[in-house]
Amino acid sequence: MGSSGSHATVIPDGDSIRRETGFSQASLLRLYHRFRALDRNKKGYLSRMDLQQIGALAVNPLGDRIIDSFFPDGSQRVDFSGFVRVLAHFRPVDEEEAGIRDPKQPEPLNSRMNKLRFAFQLYDLDRDGKISRHEMLQVLRLMVGVQVTEEQLESIADRTVQEADEDGDGAVSFLEFTKSLEKMNIEQKMSIRILK
Amino acid sequence: MASGLGLLLLLLLGQFCFQLLGTSGDSLQHHRSLQKDNGSWGLEETPENGSMVSAHALLFSLDYQHVQIPFEITLWIMLASLAKIGFHLYNKMPTVVPESCLLIFVGLIMGGLIYSLNDKSPPVMDSDIFFLYLLPPIVLEAGYFMPSRPFFENIGTILLYAVVGTMWNAFGIGLSLYGICQVKYFNLQDVSLLHNLWFGSLIAAVDPVAVLSVFEEIHVNEKLHILVFGESLLNDAVTVVLYKLFKSFCEMPSIKLVDILAAIGKFFLVGIGGIFIGLLFGVFAAFTTRFTKTIRVIEPLFVFLYSYLSYLTAELFHLSGIVAIITCAMSMKRYVEANISQKSHTTIKYFMKMWSSVSDTLIFIFLGVSTIGNNHEWNWPYICFTIIFCLIWRALGVLVLTFFVNKCHVNTVTRKDQFIIAYGGLRGAICFSLVFLLPEFSRKKLFIAATTVVILFTVFVQGMTIRPLVDLLDVTRRRETSPTVSEQILIRFFDHLLAGIEDISGHWGQYYWKDKLEYFNSRYLQKILLREYDQPKSSIVLLYEKLERKHAIELAEAGQLIHTPSSTSLLRSRETAVSIQSPASTNRDIMDNIQEILTTNLYKIRRVAPAYNRYTLPGEMGTAEQAKEILIRRHKSLRLSFSQSDSDQSQKKHIYSSSHGDSEIKTIRCQSLTGDSLAPSGVKYSRSKSECYIPSLKASGVEWMNEDERDKDQIL
Repeated sequence: MGSSGSHATVIPDGDSIRRETGFSQASLLRLYHRFRALDRNKKGYLSRMDLQQIGALAVNPLGDRIIDSFFPDGSQRVDFSGFVRVLAHFRPVDEEEAGIRDPKQPEPLNSRMNKLRFAFQLYDLDRDGKISRHEMLQVLRLMVGVQVTEEQLESIADRTVQEADEDGDGAVSFLEFTKSLEKMNIEQKMSIRILK
Repeated sequence: MASGLGLLLLLLLGQFCFQLLGTSGDSLQHHRSLQKDNGSWGLEETPENGSMVSAHALLFSLDYQHVQIPFEITLWIMLASLAKIGFHLYNKMPTVVPESCLLIFVGLIMGGLIYSLNDKSPPVMDSDIFFLYLLPPIVLEAGYFMPSRPFFENIGTILLYAVVGTMWNAFGIGLSLYGICQVKYFNLQDVSLLHNLWFGSLIAAVDPVAVLSVFEEIHVNEKLHILVFGESLLNDAVTVVLYKLFKSFCEMPSIKLVDILAAIGKFFLVGIGGIFIGLLFGVFAAFTTRFTKTIRVIEPLFVFLYSYLSYLTAELFHLSGIVAIITCAMSMKRYVEANISQKSHTTIKYFMKMWSSVSDTLIFIFLGVSTIGNNHEWNWPYICFTIIFCLIWRALGVLVLTFFVNKCHVNTVTRKDQFIIAYGGLRGAICFSLVFLLPEFSRKKLFIAATTVVILFTVFVQGMTIRPLVDLLDVTRRRETSPTVSEQILIRFFDHLLAGIEDISGHWGQYYWKDKLEYFNSRYLQKILLREYDQPKSSIVLLYEKLERKHAIELAEAGQLIHTPSSTSLLRSRETAVSIQSPASTNRDIMDNIQEILTTNLYKIRRVAPAYNRYTLPGEMGTAEQAKEILIRRHKSLRLSFSQSDSDQSQKKHIYSSSHGDSEIKTIRCQSLTGDSLAPSGVKYSRSKSECYIPSLKASGVEWMNEDERDKDQIL
């Protein structure tokens, strides 16, 4: 199946997906194979269960949230274009590409802003544009072992929000979130090299 | 501290006595033979002595010769094990001095004692004993517990380092030493080029035993560990070929091009032949365990027998025994674990760890013992240059090879990693045994001396200094201020996110081959080698149910009952700083508390934890506990999602579902959650297995449904 790699026509809407996400032909083909492999019953789309059967994901503390990010707006199915769209956020940033980009076109999915927006949405479940203390607490609870008591968690969440919050509204907006991650090399931290 | 020292003294005393016993036994034997030899004088004497001896024999007789061999072996093993206890009792030492150094030191003391008592050289470690008895358990354990995912992900790099790197080292060291020999001043003219190359080939090999024991101390990440470890295991093939090649070259009068080509061909033969034998025995082992359902108690035996047979068979044909035994272990592991009972599984793991531990200790002690004696010719210039060249060539080799690797591969090997790989190339017992196997020629003792010094140098100096140097490298990079709490959490958040997305996108490089292998596996191999498809279910059910009940209780209790002092102080400080607008001048203690809580309690990402640990079974490590915890917590959400499975699927499979009992349904759900949980170690690396069992279940037509819905359907 994968011996001759020029089966662009095999992928539905291959060209438009490629333009939108910026993946190379080879990467797209590889992702298509992966999609097909995950899709157990050859339904043509992925359900939550398909993703949950990935063993290593089950023991990832953020597993649920990551899976949810593939199913925006409460849908229960994700087709190949949706699958690739999410993964496109993790494409490494190509420096030359950023330079020759046409400013009128929408930002590519793997730009810094879009990467951060993706990460922000994993925190901000109610989509109000802010990470409230409660939402921060929920994420913390996912990431920390059971030995930590509720009070400790709350104080840590308080501290986290406090450090990032600049306008003092008790929540972290997207801009504040971006600012707190200035020092971090997001382009590298949110990039998977093989997705070139 | 005192108890540790006391223990050491006690066992040294024990050895002292046993040596005396040995000498007295010898002298007794000697005495008796003297009596027999002397003619009439002896005859007259003997009845007298005989009567004296026989009178004593009635009450008390000493027949040491009868039990000598097993007795001595047992005493050596006892010494090794007691030494280990002694080191671990005094906890501070292993962090500064790696255990291998201490063991060699004990060996040195023993050797010194024996030498001074008997005034002859102590027993030198016989190469046969080493290669046939001491080395296989260590390599078997390494191969069995080798985490296959990282190994195959990095197989290209590992092979490059093992094959090309070793040859580079061998030729480099050999040629440069030959250059040194040309210098008239050092009095080394008679060491020929071939001899130097021969020596280079045996000293270039990095030793898995030494590497493992030292890498325990430094906590390196999974990828680096597997790189050095894999390299040290696989370079055996190259070493064997080079060694035998130069041996045959030395015996041949002239060397033609044909011989060199034959040598290159031999190398491929050795490696591939080893792999083939390993696979063959692995398949046999898996097949045999398919039929052991009624005689569970001897199941562990098959694993050991087949692995050892694969090693011996490979050695029989002069192929690489190490590659064979590793391949055997890795290939049979998956099927054997599915076929055997849980208890046999635990037995196998514990026995392997035990045997390899004992072997490891014995090797180092013997190394120490063999160092003392008359086997050495101390030509210091040669020795010093050997050490220098070993270091230089290894560093050069790693640099050059890494340059190529980083160009082709997506995972880069950083500078720090390169340093650890280069500096962590320790030599050990394999070089030592190989040098003793050299045929007797004029300069053999020189080589023995050089090998001994190199091994001692690498184990002691490099072993002891690698940890401080690694820490130094870390510190120089982390000179920025320590991250704030929010940064720390965010960093960890991103790490988890990245790991999850990698898992979804399938980050294994040779993905195509893995798919093919999985397909082949599910179509053919599983049918032949596994007892039944649903066999794994019962052990998973048991494990999962045990997990659920026990951990649910524990979690509940842990959540309520932990009251650390810091929590009360945090509570108090929270009340004082209740409004968010308060200035950021918080108490230093609170910060430290929070930092401490975070560092200990944040879930670790997969890549940071080392995958392989010498002394604990995989299931007992913290990461497996972490995985279990996460699974339990997510159990609820996973159950809910299964209930939302497609309705058209439920229509189709309704017919089949009625034929299965309740426990089966639960088991399938459990299986989806825990993937391969036969061994908790498998949870992390179970991607292949979880995807593999699912098709088999789909084939048997059972569906995923929520329990409640299931009951409803049955009622209908």
